[in-house]
Amino acid sequence: MVHSATTHLDVEAIRTDFPILHQKVNDHPLVYLDNAATTQKPQAVIDAISAYYQNDNANVHRAIHKLGERATIGYESARKKVAQFIGAASEREIIFTRGTTEAINLVAASWGRKFISAGDEIILSEMEHHSNIIPWQLLAQEKGATLKYIPFTEEGTLDFTQFELLLGKRTKLVAITHMSNVFGTINPIKRIISMAHDRSIPVLLDGAQSAPHLPIDVQHLDCDFYAFSGHKMAAPTGIGVLYAKRARLENMNPYQGGGEMINSVWHDRATWNEIPHKFEAGTPNIAGAIGLGAAIDYLQSVGMENIALYEQELTTYALDKMMALPGMKVYGHAPERGGAISFNLGNVHPHDMAQFLDQQGIAVRAGHHCAQLIMQKLDIAATTRASFYLYNTFDEIDYFVEQLKKAQSFFDF
Amino acid sequence: MNPEFKELYQDIILDHNRSPRNYGKLEGATHVLDGRNPLCGDHYTIYLKVENGIIIDAHFEGSGCAISKASASVMTTSVKGKRIEEADQLFKVFHEIVTGEADIEETFDSVGKLAAFGGVADFPVRVKCASLAWHTMHNALHGETNSTTTEE
Ligand SMILES: Cc1ncc(COP(=O)(O)O)c(C=O)c1O
Repeated sequence: MVHSATTHLDVEAIRTDFPILHQKVNDHPLVYLDNAATTQKPQAVIDAISAYYQNDNANVHRAIHKLGERATIGYESARKKVAQFIGAASEREIIFTRGTTEAINLVAASWGRKFISAGDEIILSEMEHHSNIIPWQLLAQEKGATLKYIPFTEEGTLDFTQFELLLGKRTKLVAITHMSNVFGTINPIKRIISMAHDRSIPVLLDGAQSAPHLPIDVQHLDCDFYAFSGHKMAAPTGIGVLYAKRARLENMNPYQGGGEMINSVWHDRATWNEIPHKFEAGTPNIAGAIGLGAAIDYLQSVGMENIALYEQELTTYALDKMMALPGMKVYGHAPERGGAISFNLGNVHPHDMAQFLDQQGIAVRAGHHCAQLIMQKLDIAATTRASFYLYNTFDEIDYFVEQLKKAQSFFDF
Repeated sequence: MNPEFKELYQDIILDHNRSPRNYGKLEGATHVLDGRNPLCGDHYTIYLKVENGIIIDAHFEGSGCAISKASASVMTTSVKGKRIEEADQLFKVFHEIVTGEADIEETFDSVGKLAAFGGVADFPVRVKCASLAWHTMHNALHGETNSTTTEE
């Protein structure tokens, strides 16, 4: 099967923007298929970070000197870009965090501690990443609240009949992943949100896997909180975002205490800075935010629609080829899915599979993917996962599938 | 295929992975212990039958990667018929082999099949896979009753 060139984007041109891709690993050209874990960075992002350190580095806010002014402008304009990227009503609804994990912990601490009490219920799903489970477990243990889980179906989709039954008088929050990092499932968020909002329950979306790959409009989705990570969308590690509706933020307690988040401080008390600064204690990751801004510029120059359509083609192509292999088991067959494919092939253990593929220059991930609830329910210890981004090609998928066959015969099952 | 990879997956390892020896429950075992590597999900149960200080039989059961399974299989064949002190010594030698501290050439005769695991030393993340069954065996012999994990 030869795939004809896509019309959505010029992948060869895109590949030249990512210097890391042009290397050999174990004597083979690198094929990077671990994008759900983290993505590679285009030259434009690398340059933005080094330009910041070479020309503009200073602490942000309150600096009465030129560099401080430039650093502040860089940092705050990144916030504007983020707001525009996800369709937020105002940049004041954008809080910079270390990533998705910190963004969710922030909500659990600042909103949850204030609004969750004994006997309350929080609805999650069984396909959540640990970062959208553990913060709620800690909160529930502290407050005597209960966690309820929406089960997933055979296909790796949410069971809406069960969801309907779980929604109750004590439900205070629904926290759910937009796109599963294991199944690739894109959850029907509009439907989830309207069911929750009908009962005045706020909804948090884990956008770690959706922000990098899909056009996002938080106002259209009408989610109350949306969390994502820069490093999964071509930006550096250590920078991420919490979006929350302004009214929610105004009502929340501070997250951490320190500089920048205060207005006035006395011996025994303080007043809080306005949002979003109230939630950003201490010197932030300035270079990271600027890198995230550059990544957004880059992704938007390609176009999020184009990226989504291209990845859709890649995923369909890969799934067709993979499913044709005898002994192939793919986990997740949602009608709407993104480019994260978890699988097991015959009796080859995922760790052996990943080691074999690495030998051939292919980077994939093997393990439980921080989703042990999924593994428990499927009664498996681990899967191998291949995940795509805008720089992957149909040729790489052909090569990957060839190597899967070789791995199977090497381990001989 | 590069030489380190071939070293890691030597024929002995592939063979023991495909057809593990002493696989399955052991009736009348005197020592039974679970071993887990929570990060990869490897999970084995080790069964030992000890009489008069001698391990007269050893079995294992469970699942995991090729390295961990072959290692469990080789472990059972190695300790069978050995005195507890000898098994302790093998445990020590095995550990040195997988961490690259042993001079395999020099000790080859005494360590035999264990030498096949020398390639693991080039892959630090796989050392835990190789050691799981051995740690569990050692803990079982020395009276541990809680399951062994590689995260201790
Ligand atoms: C669905 C999902 N949620 C949350 C996370 C956590 O992201 P981070 O580690 O960047 O905070 C990840 C990434 O591993 C993820 O895939």
